[in-house]
Amino acid sequence: MAKHITTINKGTLQKTLHTGGCGECQASCQSACKTSCTVGNQVCAK
Amino acid sequence: MTIHRFFINGLYLVLDINSGALHVVDEIAYKALALFNGANDDEVINELSGEFGVTAVREVLDDLNELKDQGTLFAPEVTTPITFRDKPLVKSLCLHVAHDCNLRCGYCFAGTGDFGHDRSLMPKQVAEQAVDFIIDNSGGRKNCELDFFGGEPLLNMETVRHTVSYVRKREAETGKVFKLTLTTNVALLTDNIIEYLNSENISVVLSLDGRREVHDAMRPYADGSGSFDKVVARAKKLVASRQGENYYMRGTFTAHNLDFANDVVAMTDMGFKRLSVEPVVAKDEEYALKEEHLPVLFKEYETLAQEYLARWRAGKGFDFFHFNINLDNGPCVAKRLSGCGAGHEYFAVTPDGDLYPCHQFVGRDEYLLGNVVEGIKKPHMPEKFRQTHVLNKDECRECWARFYCSGGCHANAQLFNGTIDKPYKIGCELQKKRLECALMIQACLTMDGGRK
Repeated sequence: MAKHITTINKGTLQKTLHTGGCGECQASCQSACKTSCTVGNQVCAK
Repeated sequence: MTIHRFFINGLYLVLDINSGALHVVDEIAYKALALFNGANDDEVINELSGEFGVTAVREVLDDLNELKDQGTLFAPEVTTPITFRDKPLVKSLCLHVAHDCNLRCGYCFAGTGDFGHDRSLMPKQVAEQAVDFIIDNSGGRKNCELDFFGGEPLLNMETVRHTVSYVRKREAETGKVFKLTLTTNVALLTDNIIEYLNSENISVVLSLDGRREVHDAMRPYADGSGSFDKVVARAKKLVASRQGENYYMRGTFTAHNLDFANDVVAMTDMGFKRLSVEPVVAKDEEYALKEEHLPVLFKEYETLAQEYLARWRAGKGFDFFHFNINLDNGPCVAKRLSGCGAGHEYFAVTPDGDLYPCHQFVGRDEYLLGNVVEGIKKPHMPEKFRQTHVLNKDECRECWARFYCSGGCHANAQLFNGTIDKPYKIGCELQKKRLECALMIQACLTMDGGRK
């Protein structure tokens, strides 16, 4: 257990370099904002 | 740049950009990470042991080296994955069923509804052709999206109803599944329409700017009177009728209400819990946001984040679109490169059936891409939009937030810089602050043991 660091999450970006791309997720501008693109707040649709 | 260190709300946070890992660290580790590059332990010890002692600094370095070995610190650079298809599939359309509006909002990017052209309504046939366009161009993708937009879409409910019937018929024929949304200023929302939207499971985006005086100053009727009372009453009825689900209350803040956190709080106190409040995008207007406003706005986002946290901790949480962030099941890298999809996966359709990269580009004639009957006539444009992703833009490639904002809004970039290759600076700065707040909130709620 790290004494000086608390890891909140381990991240999935490296893993999804090989597994993603199905494209079934929602268009990010469509749900609520319509003016500022935000993608990181979406959920993977798989 | 491979990590982003920041201090917010009493927490030292470190985001490992290329893995997406988030760490809360103490002051020693925070300072060590200003020096540490993964292979210079001795240098860090020399620099920091005078202030913190050799033992503590060595402990920190042990922790950091462990994270590095686990792949959650200094993860390798992300390059364009093979999962990012060369040829995009169309997934989403914004249907401008009415280029007309019953309000005269001061900041309207649509020129009060007409987008710089004649006021007009979309005929049913054009809407059908748009549905066929998305089906024909979505390949093997199952999920499709349509947003009924305007102007004000409730001015053309006849086409909305017809389109929904047509969508249901085509779903049965093709196996596609359409998610439908409708973006409205609410003022024309009748009981009959509420019942209809609920029965067809249509998500709604409702426009409300917050406090009465803020809303009425910017969102009047054509006669100048305010729309607040009507909008709030009708919106409450709609939200209650769908048990508080399947909607977003969406506001805009301007230079007139830099204290917009008060507007967000006002909306939660009215009973609305799914909120999105956005910075206005305007150039050369007296209400436009300017770089000199940024320090005040940064502070305002932090204030809002603290209120957001306090309410979640008290069991009275609300949803603020830009503080949502999914750290464990977020989008894949291919999605993060696709961004909003404007111009390649997402298009706007005018009442005449013309195609534009998105609703914000409508009326910018050089971005007219084709129409729903003949399809895309300028194929180089979707290719350009698809390739203008964060790894291909100089400023984005070096930015810590690149996999969260995905390069920002192309329409805003084009408006301010004349090109989609260079992002809109004020938008970037606000986005980064929102992300820092969102990451801090996730860290706090996770350490609390999750949301109540």
